[in-house]
Order: sequence, then C-alpha cells, then structure tokens
Amino acid sequence: MFSAVANVLRGIGHRVVDNLWRFGASMRFFLYVLIYSGESFRRLHLTIREIYFTGVLSLIIILVSAFFVGMVLALQGYNTLQRYGSSEAIGVLVALSLVRELGPVVTALLFAGRAGTAITAEIGLMKATEQLSAMEMMAVSPVARVVAPRFWAGVFSMPLLAALFSMVGVLGGYLVAVPLIGVDAGAFWSQMQASVDFREDIVNGVIKSVVFGIACTFIALFEGFDAPPTAEGVSRATTRTVVNSSLAVLGLDFVMTSFMIVA
Amino acid sequence: MERTTIDLWVGIFAAAGAAALFGLALKVGNFNSATMGETYSVTGAFENIGSLKPRAPVKSAGVVVGRVDNIRFDPETYEALVTVKVDKRYPFPKDTFANIYTAGLLGEQYIGLEAGGDEKMLQNGDKFSKTQDAVVLEKMISQFLYSKASESNDTKEAD
Repeated sequence: MFSAVANVLRGIGHRVVDNLWRFGASMRFFLYVLIYSGESFRRLHLTIREIYFTGVLSLIIILVSAFFVGMVLALQGYNTLQRYGSSEAIGVLVALSLVRELGPVVTALLFAGRAGTAITAEIGLMKATEQLSAMEMMAVSPVARVVAPRFWAGVFSMPLLAALFSMVGVLGGYLVAVPLIGVDAGAFWSQMQASVDFREDIVNGVIKSVVFGIACTFIALFEGFDAPPTAEGVSRATTRTVVNSSLAVLGLDFVMTSFMIVA
Repeated sequence: MERTTIDLWVGIFAAAGAAALFGLALKVGNFNSATMGETYSVTGAFENIGSLKPRAPVKSAGVVVGRVDNIRFDPETYEALVTVKVDKRYPFPKDTFANIYTAGLLGEQYIGLEAGGDEKMLQNGDKFSKTQDAVVLEKMISQFLYSKASESNDTKEAD
C-alpha cells in the first residue's frame, strides 16, 4: 500500500523534475540564442532567407484564412446585431475582434502549424543527420548559423503577418457587410474609426503578436534542437511544437489581455 | 533560389506588412483624431457626470471638436471637475454652455458644447461658466412617477 503511493508520488516527482530541467535547459538555450544573435546579424542574408521561408511563404495561408474569418465574422455579427437594430455596428465588431484578438491569435496558431513545424523538422533532421555536429567540428556555431536567424525571422514576421491578417480580415468583413448585406459604407467605416483606438487596440495587438512570435519561434527551435536524433524523435518533436505553441499562445493571450483590459 | 529574388520577396513582404499597419492605424483606427493638433484645455464643474469617461468625444453641432482629458472629484464642492481638450482651430466664446448628452438611448456619453454670444473667447485653463449634468434615467423616472401621483391626487381632490 505504502509503496504504491510512494511509486505514484515518485512518478509525479520524476515528471516535475524532468519538466523543470527541460524548462531550465530551454531558458539556457534562449540565452544562447540572444548571445549569438549579434554574430548572426553580421550575416544578415541568412536572416532574410529565413524571413522568406517563414514569413513570405506563410502569406498565402494567412491571407486566405483572414479573408474568410473576416467574412464569417461579418455574417455572424450581422445576424445577431440586426435583431437589436444596430447592424451599422458590424464594422466595430469585425475590426475590434480582429485587431484585438483574432488577428494575433489565429496568425500565431497558423504560424505554429505552417512555419513552426517546418523549423522543428528541419533542425531535428539536421541534428539526426549530424549536420549540426559537423558545423561544430568546423568551428561554426550552429546556434549562430542555424538557430538565431530563424528566431529573428519569426519574431520579425509575426507582427507583419498579424497586421496583414487584421487588415485583410477587415476587408473581408467590409465585402460581406457593405456590397452583400447592404450596410451603409459610411456608417461601417465611421463607427469603426470612432471605436478602434490606436494605442489601446492596434498597438496592443502588435505587442501581442510580437510576444507570440517570440514564443512560437522559440518553442519550434527548442523542440527541434532538443529532439532525439531519430525519425520517431523528430516526429514527436514536431507534434510537441504544435501542441506547446498553441497552448503557449492561448495562455499568454489570456495573461496579456487581462493586463491590457485592466490598465 | 536566387538571393536577389529572396530579397525582393522579403522586401515586398515587409512593405506589405508596414502598409497593413498604416492602413489599420489610419483607416480602421482613430489615429487621425488621436493626434489632434494643438489643443487648449477648459474645465467644467458638473454635479453628476453619469458614466462619462476620459477620451469621450467633445462635440459641437455634432462635430467632434475635442476629447475629455481627465475627470476628478473636487472634495470641497463635491462636484466632478471635467477637463476637456479642444482643438485650437475651434475657439469658443466665454459663455459656452457645456452639456453632458447621451448618444442614443443607451449609447456612450459625450460633452456637447453650445456656443454663447460673448465676444471674448475661452483661453487655456478657463472654466465653463454654464454646465448641465448628465440625465440620470432613474431620477427622471422617479420624478415622472411623483408628478403623476400628485396629479391623480389633485384630480381626486377636485372631485
């Protein structure tokens, strides 16, 4: 009896220690990324190349999703708002939900699925095929050469992608609300402009997307770097990237929103 | 892929992202009105401001001419002191009337300015001489009920 309870406790303790150890290792890794950033900036074309792979190639999925999200928001919003005779407020609804929440959050989730998994799989495979060890043998730091450019590319791309998401989403909402449903275009834009605040809404959205960019890219990089160098290990690491990034994004979103709304 | 092609695409991406941010600020947000030109501030004392908030619009003839800057409670007169910032382009006479109105039945509250006929204009740091409080719905209903009740009493006495 006693030994069974002790075993359960031991199991929990083992997991806690394991996770703590991993967390500590990831923070050390984060510090390394920051330290080697300067070195990687001297070869800026590496970062630009990664911006192409993480940012530019994610554009299609981000823009198409944004367009549909905006259109669905307008349809659903209109359906409810017209019951209260305030269908002109649809612009406010679409813009505020996109700029404050959906823009940064959905972009980050899509980014984790589209770019995060690619980063993890690539780095995991580099490790499995001993390319990273080969670099170290040639006195090239893999963190400076491989990791830091990807990190800064992700941090740079995310706010731009989120801004594009919000803008295209608003356009999608406009297309549904004004030509399709017949809401007055003037009321749509003017009510939107009256209620969306630059500092409170737009800047806060950008802050959120920068934080999500750091979180998503870093999780993808660490999982890749930490993956066991086997096919199974890489596949598990890729799964963990998506799960952990999504949870981190949603959790951080709650924390940041609660600070932003109170302040 | 060729390095120049990558550079080109990243350039397009960065430009599009920056354009989207600008578009959000100018077209979706109120960046224009947030960065009003030079302003002058005028203070008004109200007995009740209802649910007026800082950054609420200040309108005259329905046009936004300024914003509420801050709201304080004066512990000596037990009144609310509302400081508004009005755009320098719109000077108002000294005897301008400041009212707290509600947009629609349940909408947000704003300050409406009705220009008086004074020849002197309000300066930075002046006070509104005439103000009117926010309408409190409960007060109005109770007044209405009270007057109705007294009316029916009157008719009974007449009978």
